[in-house]
Amino acid sequence: MMEVADKLFLYLEYPFVRYALIVGVLIALCSSLLGVTLVLKRFSLIGSGLSHVAFGATAVAAAMSLTNNYVLVLPVTIACAVLLLRTGQNTKIKGDAAVAMISVGALAIGYLIMNVFSESANLSGDVCATLFGSTSILTLTVAEVWLSVALSILVIAVFLLFYHKIFAVTFDEDFSTATGVRAQVYNLVFAVAIAVIIVLAMNLVGALLISALVIFPALSAMRVFKSFRAVTVCSVVVSVVCAVLGLLVSIVAGTPVGSTIVAVDIGGFALFSVAGLIARRL
Amino acid sequence: MPQLSCQDLTLGYEGKAVASGLSFTVGAGDYLCIVGENGCGKSTLVKTLLRLKAPMAGQVVVGDGLRPGEIGYLPQQTVVQKDFPASVREVVRSGCLNRCGLRPFYNRAEKQMAEENMDRLGVSSLAKRCYRELSGGQQQRVLLARALCATRKILLLDEPTAGLDPKVTAELYALIGRLNDEGITIVMISHDVGASVRYASHILHIGKGSALFFGTKAAYLESEAGRAYADVGGGQA
Repeated sequence: MMEVADKLFLYLEYPFVRYALIVGVLIALCSSLLGVTLVLKRFSLIGSGLSHVAFGATAVAAAMSLTNNYVLVLPVTIACAVLLLRTGQNTKIKGDAAVAMISVGALAIGYLIMNVFSESANLSGDVCATLFGSTSILTLTVAEVWLSVALSILVIAVFLLFYHKIFAVTFDEDFSTATGVRAQVYNLVFAVAIAVIIVLAMNLVGALLISALVIFPALSAMRVFKSFRAVTVCSVVVSVVCAVLGLLVSIVAGTPVGSTIVAVDIGGFALFSVAGLIARRL
Repeated sequence: MPQLSCQDLTLGYEGKAVASGLSFTVGAGDYLCIVGENGCGKSTLVKTLLRLKAPMAGQVVVGDGLRPGEIGYLPQQTVVQKDFPASVREVVRSGCLNRCGLRPFYNRAEKQMAEENMDRLGVSSLAKRCYRELSGGQQQRVLLARALCATRKILLLDEPTAGLDPKVTAELYALIGRLNDEGITIVMISHDVGASVRYASHILHIGKGSALFFGTKAAYLESEAGRAYADVGGGQA
């Protein structure tokens, strides 16, 4: 036990480990904030769809040898988020089909572009890193850390400012619109926020595992708590705790960061499911 | 000046008219029931009155000090709400949102109003309960309280008694009647012609494609449409 603790303190001396923890906590916090609403809106898979779009955009950015790929990835992902969350009323292709279409399309095109244009010697390594996150959280530059911090704070601020509106629009969009709340505007704000988080979260867990970060904390919290506020607070706590635990375990045990965090999230979900069952029996 | 007046409305989806030639008015304190068969355009009419959907022709005019966005609405249950974690208080308070504007939180007056409306509908004791765990009748009361937070003048109810048992249905009708007595205008979509005739002051009967009747309840009972319907549904009345 002491050895593990020693090893941990040793690692925490390194700045890149501290950066990983800071950014990891922020990403976990933001993704779980928005996750509750996404799950309730029946948009659980949107995280995965958008992350594939971000993957495609990353590939294009790499092919164009952009130094800062956020310049391209962020706008493209935001555009797709707006497009997808706007679905429902007047689209020819319905919700889940649109998500599936955009996500596999972006994945395929992304991989194609990476293959054709990549000058890297280790192509499959690059692809794997983008899809599963592997080490990118541990190789963040100071600038990337600050960007992540700024964007996370922006998302948290938007969520707090629009908390009641997001609740009302998610619970009953027709009622909100009918009583003069501009539901479309809030849906748009929400779409932008989710896109920002997806792009940030790619660093932490990689494109394929983002959905887990978005839905597991929300679903865990919904097993036990019954009000929107309690569910939101609980899912944030669960998400942050799981992310920190997962990061620490992966650093000490040398496992891949993304999948370790998701594994801890699954454990958390199991725990809350049992707790929920017990609470209902009492 | 009536609170709502519709002139020669044509309603429909994607260029196909469902109902046309709908003209009627709703004055302050009226209790209007809109009856008709499935598919005659009742739900579309609701969406149009709430301005969720533009009419294909004609217009809806609000007057008598009623602003658009001030219509309290009791919708039919949606799938999302079946497993939505929300406390009763959170749901009722969300009705105040149209008063908030850009202010991010509810102020004291709005919270107070939510409490008063919960009291008024007898759901105060449920304030901390989870909305999805309530019975159908309790859920409707909660949504009514929310609608009352959004308006002081007019309520639009879409099949409020769907899926409720007869006892709860009667209680809900009594409650709606009481709100009407307190001066709130009621516009109600209903399948239940018997109850409509019993409680309403005015009836709008939409037939296949056009309005069959609009007028007071007494005139409706004398009319051809009313008599034809009373023969079918009269047993319940």
